[in-house]
Amino acid sequence: MQEISIVVRNKVGLHARPAALFVQIAAAHQSKITVTNGDKTGNAKSILGILALGVNQDDRITIQADGADEGEALEKLAKLVEDNFGECR
Amino acid sequence: MQVSEKTYKGIPASEGIAFGTAFLFRPVDLKIPPRAAAPMEQELKRFEDACKKAGQELEALKADVAKRTDAGTAAIFEAHQLMVADPMLADSVRSHLEAGETIETAVQAASQEIAAMLASMDNAVFAAREADMRDVGRRLLRILLGIPDTSADGLKTPAIIVSQDLTPSDTTGFRPDLVLGFCTAAGGLTSHVAILARTLGLPAIVGLGEEALGNIPDGNRLILDGTRGELVVDPGPSTVDRYEEMKRKAAARLESIQTTMSREAVTADGQRVEIGANIGDADSASEAVRYGAEGVGLLRTEFLYLQYSQPPSEEQQLEAYRRVLVAMGDRPVIIRTLDIGGDKPPPYLKFDRELNPFLGWRAIRICLDDQALFKTQLRAILRAAAGKRALIMYPMISSVEELRAANALLAEARKELESAGIPHGSNLPVGIMVETPAAAMLAESLIRECDFFSLGTNDLTQYTLAVDRTNERVAALFQPLHPAVLMLIKKTIEAAHQQGKWVGMCGELAGMQKAIPILLGLGLDEFSMAARSIPEAKWLVSRFTVTRAKQIAEQALNLPTAGEIEELMKGVLNEAGGDSEK
Repeated sequence: MQEISIVVRNKVGLHARPAALFVQIAAAHQSKITVTNGDKTGNAKSILGILALGVNQDDRITIQADGADEGEALEKLAKLVEDNFGECR
Repeated sequence: MQVSEKTYKGIPASEGIAFGTAFLFRPVDLKIPPRAAAPMEQELKRFEDACKKAGQELEALKADVAKRTDAGTAAIFEAHQLMVADPMLADSVRSHLEAGETIETAVQAASQEIAAMLASMDNAVFAAREADMRDVGRRLLRILLGIPDTSADGLKTPAIIVSQDLTPSDTTGFRPDLVLGFCTAAGGLTSHVAILARTLGLPAIVGLGEEALGNIPDGNRLILDGTRGELVVDPGPSTVDRYEEMKRKAAARLESIQTTMSREAVTADGQRVEIGANIGDADSASEAVRYGAEGVGLLRTEFLYLQYSQPPSEEQQLEAYRRVLVAMGDRPVIIRTLDIGGDKPPPYLKFDRELNPFLGWRAIRICLDDQALFKTQLRAILRAAAGKRALIMYPMISSVEELRAANALLAEARKELESAGIPHGSNLPVGIMVETPAAAMLAESLIRECDFFSLGTNDLTQYTLAVDRTNERVAALFQPLHPAVLMLIKKTIEAAHQQGKWVGMCGELAGMQKAIPILLGLGLDEFSMAARSIPEAKWLVSRFTVTRAKQIAEQALNLPTAGEIEELMKGVLNEAGGDSEK
């Protein structure tokens, strides 16, 4: 199992579009992936689970992955968050 | 006599004025006929089939909406597709089935429960996802009940859509050539109908209330004013004339804004001022140029520091600053050094518990204590400036010693680069943010040791009036047009001009229409604001002569309260055709 901690810079946090992109990448991996924001943890492959975390701008989230492709999954998800979800180009 | 004319007020959600008849929209009634539950596998199978069908419908809808608007708007339906396939929804449906319910009641209950959970979130953007969940739940239920979606079929002639609420599916379900505008009894600014109407360029009002809805008969004549949030039912001839005139004026104003946007900002009598953008990262630089920014009056560098668990390296910063400078071409970019504090600490800086982070260890105070951190940034800025128009600005200066100490480190950084033979910009103008009352009072001394000032009015207001505007109980006391704040601004500008130096402003005040004429009159040289405010600010500047602006500033500075200054500016803007709410 591996985990990373990262700050969400997106202006409105993990709302509809960023959450959708996040879930699509998570769902493409076999590993069990969870996201924690404060005291709430949700399934990274569930858009409802991600929305329910209420991740706002500048919140620090922890992503945890467990499975065969855990390293790759974390790398891709971290890149998505760091690239600000490819928004506002 | 206009006996039947009635006007209702709602939330202005999308600009524009529409004239037309009302089309009362009611979504298809999804009544679940009672039946006994079949074995669970059968019920589950029907759920899976319904999900598949919903996925296909949404795929088609997404493609259609992408053609009519843009991919970003169509992504709403991508989120719906994910909700249909979501494990949380499936789990909840399964537990309702286990309790012996039919799939129809299970889907209805599960989607309503999840929608209620989303609605209870304190962030409006997340709470608005409630509408998505309800929309998805209704789509699944409609498929399960085998009811075709005919709700929009009644619209045969161009009309204004009137409804209790409109889901994204409803809003995009109408024939686009027949929709003149939308108004809904429910909803807020972040509701889908508001967002979709804006991307479709149609006027809209939301939050009209149930009473208004009950008083709009189908087919009646309406005027929908999405700019002011007014809906007129059965307008009389003089009302129609009035709105037609407003519509003409708005169109003319829009045209003149679009022409001034690409030009330099000049007053009516030819005085040049510079209008720039406040940006937070490289991506927004090109957006700023599109809106007509003549430079960047404030590049916040905090994004680099909050993004990673380590402080950003010199190379990382160099690349980020370089990207902004390249995007801005030969326009000037003012780079503000790290402005951070205990209210939003990065993980690698150790803060003591602070009772009052806004009066604590922050901005230049951190940089002068952690000199390695500061010098890394100064070196990166100097290197990025090679061959470009970069300026450097220190935040939160409250004494001459701080400015001297920062300048000494800048000189060291420059010397290091010189002796290592690393290319860097020479003669970068150095300025400070004037955002503490101390800096404004010391302006005469400070300006002797730097090249320019930039007024940070958000903090200047907070520190002058001793008001934390994030504290709801005192937020109303946060008045940037408070006479005390204006006097400090005046003093700052005069001190700089006496030494032949210039003054900019990068606080929110610089983009407020009600402030711009006063600031022009006080002699402000550069205005920096959110990119989208630039076109109207340039237009407004072009409406005043310097002489008139000076009169306005003098009048304002003679008034004893913020309320009276606001009143004065309402009149001034009315006369000039501006908007005191912006």
